[in-house]
Amino acid sequence: MLYIKCPHCGMRSQNEFSYGGDASVKRPELNKEVSDQDWDNFVYNRKSLRGKHWELWQHISGCRQWIKVERDTATHEIFRTLKADEEISL
Amino acid sequence: MQKYSIFNLVKNALSNHQNWDLAWKDPTPKKEYDVVIIGGGGHGLATAYYLAKEHNITNVAIIEKGWIGGGNVGRNTTIIRSNYMHDDNALFSEFGMDLWRKMSQDLNYNVMFSPRGIINLAHSDAQMNVYARRGNSMRLNGIDAVLLNREQVREIIPMADFSENVRFPIFGGLMQPSAGTARHDAVAWGYARQADSMGVDIIQNCEVIGFDVSGGKINGVRTSRGDIKAKKIGLCVAGSTNILAEKLNMTLPIETHLLQACVSEPVKPVLDGVVTFGAGHFYISQSDKGEMVMGGDLDGYNSYAQRGNLPTLQHVLTEGIAMMPFLSKLKMLRTWGGIMDMSMDGSPIIDKTHIEGLYLNCGWCYGGFKATPASGWTFAHTIAQDRVHELNSGYSLNRFNTGHLLDEKGLGTKTWIS
Ligand SMILES: Cc1cc2nc3c(=O)[nH]c(=O)nc-3n(C[C@H](O)[C@H](O)[C@H](O)COP(=O)(O)OP(=O)(O)OC[C@H]3O[C@@H](n4cnc5c(N)ncnc54)[C@H](O)[C@@H]3O)c2cc1C
Ligand SMILES: [Zn+2]
Repeated sequence: MLYIKCPHCGMRSQNEFSYGGDASVKRPELNKEVSDQDWDNFVYNRKSLRGKHWELWQHISGCRQWIKVERDTATHEIFRTLKADEEISL
Repeated sequence: MQKYSIFNLVKNALSNHQNWDLAWKDPTPKKEYDVVIIGGGGHGLATAYYLAKEHNITNVAIIEKGWIGGGNVGRNTTIIRSNYMHDDNALFSEFGMDLWRKMSQDLNYNVMFSPRGIINLAHSDAQMNVYARRGNSMRLNGIDAVLLNREQVREIIPMADFSENVRFPIFGGLMQPSAGTARHDAVAWGYARQADSMGVDIIQNCEVIGFDVSGGKINGVRTSRGDIKAKKIGLCVAGSTNILAEKLNMTLPIETHLLQACVSEPVKPVLDGVVTFGAGHFYISQSDKGEMVMGGDLDGYNSYAQRGNLPTLQHVLTEGIAMMPFLSKLKMLRTWGGIMDMSMDGSPIIDKTHIEGLYLNCGWCYGGFKATPASGWTFAHTIAQDRVHELNSGYSLNRFNTGHLLDEKGLGTKTWIS
């Protein structure tokens, strides 16, 4: 069982959350020229790192907010959590 | 190579089975090969076998970081089927079914292929319609499919829950009678033994840690046991694809996720086919030893852990008990996990790459065991001829760029919910 610290609600079990994938992926900016490659990178291509990975989770059975979680994909250790609008500082 | 036969069995029994040949050797890596295959799972071993058998290319090494068969090929629930709707998937899989039927003879190794049939249960009228459509698509491609009503399903699996007040009543199901199971280890070992006998070097405990690429061409690999040169290199590392792609500066339409499975204590024969629950993600079969073999959803977040987490298992088994209530009385014997190369449309990639001499075989999701022979066969062709075969032409890497996706389930790019 993972325990995730929701920045709004505190430490909760994984059962209250749903996953939202790689949080480092950025949608290409609106109203600008977007190459096919940019779209591919946004929609399909993923690094899927082994080790520290920033990802989106939604506290679906809690406050329903989206949050960012830094988790190790090999050990499942969770290092940090952020609110959705907080920038990841590497 | 010693042939496995009843005569050799009797002969060797007389010397207490002390004089059997080794099934494959343990060679030290040479400095250079014509082809290097990375990954000694089912696909890597099958590729080497078909390179030797179909294309006469025998100066080949398989480089495996652990032991052959230690990856997903030895961790899966062995379901073999070709119940696909899209032509590319259907024709590729059905070609594979033919190889499965001949495999034990072809490899002189009993892979225990058992075409015991698979039933996908339907729990609503809408789902019956979808299955009718899928069944028709399959039959148009020459694949056997039978639409069963509730009573027909009840005759085959009376132990499922047919009571009146269930949340997901069984309306019927789609059956592929020719689908089945096989002994997964035997598949790896059978391919390994034949490949070895034709001159392929199977190099275990040797990890690929980098590549030698120059001027857009591949020249070799760096391994934990030194550099090995080769003009052609095939990547067959399943759940480790993203790790090696990073070393090649490639970002692929793949994410790595964890899939668990489990077996119960062995019980007397109760289920002679494979059954999947249609209102969630759960499937079950019974092994020849009597264990109920069960699996379902991914753990649901990127993972390289090769071991699972309890919530998913609990969820999956809840579905199982909803479908077949008697399961609640069984004790669990073992659970385990494997890491899956989940592609963004649920279909695999068998293709050349932008690097000359580098070939890619990945994206098998949780359905790559059944693909083992067809994947090896087409990948060997792609490597030997330096061009894809008609059968794997739909499994191109650039389909994500051109929009020719093969999204069998229509789920989109959320790999963790597929
Ligand atoms: C629990 C579970 C249930 C499944 N059930 C089914 C099923 O019922 N039906 C079905 O069709 N499929 C199923 N699958 C999927 C199937 O097992 C895989 O898609 C398939 O085995 C992948 O191909 P492979 O056999 O070549 O992979 P693997 O056996 O994983 O082979 C890859 C090999 O590459 C090696 N490797 C990795 N990195 C390196 C490196 N750097 N250097 C050298 N070697 C390296 C690994 O050690 C490994 O041995 C299941 C998988 C799991 C985990
Ligand atoms: Zn919350």
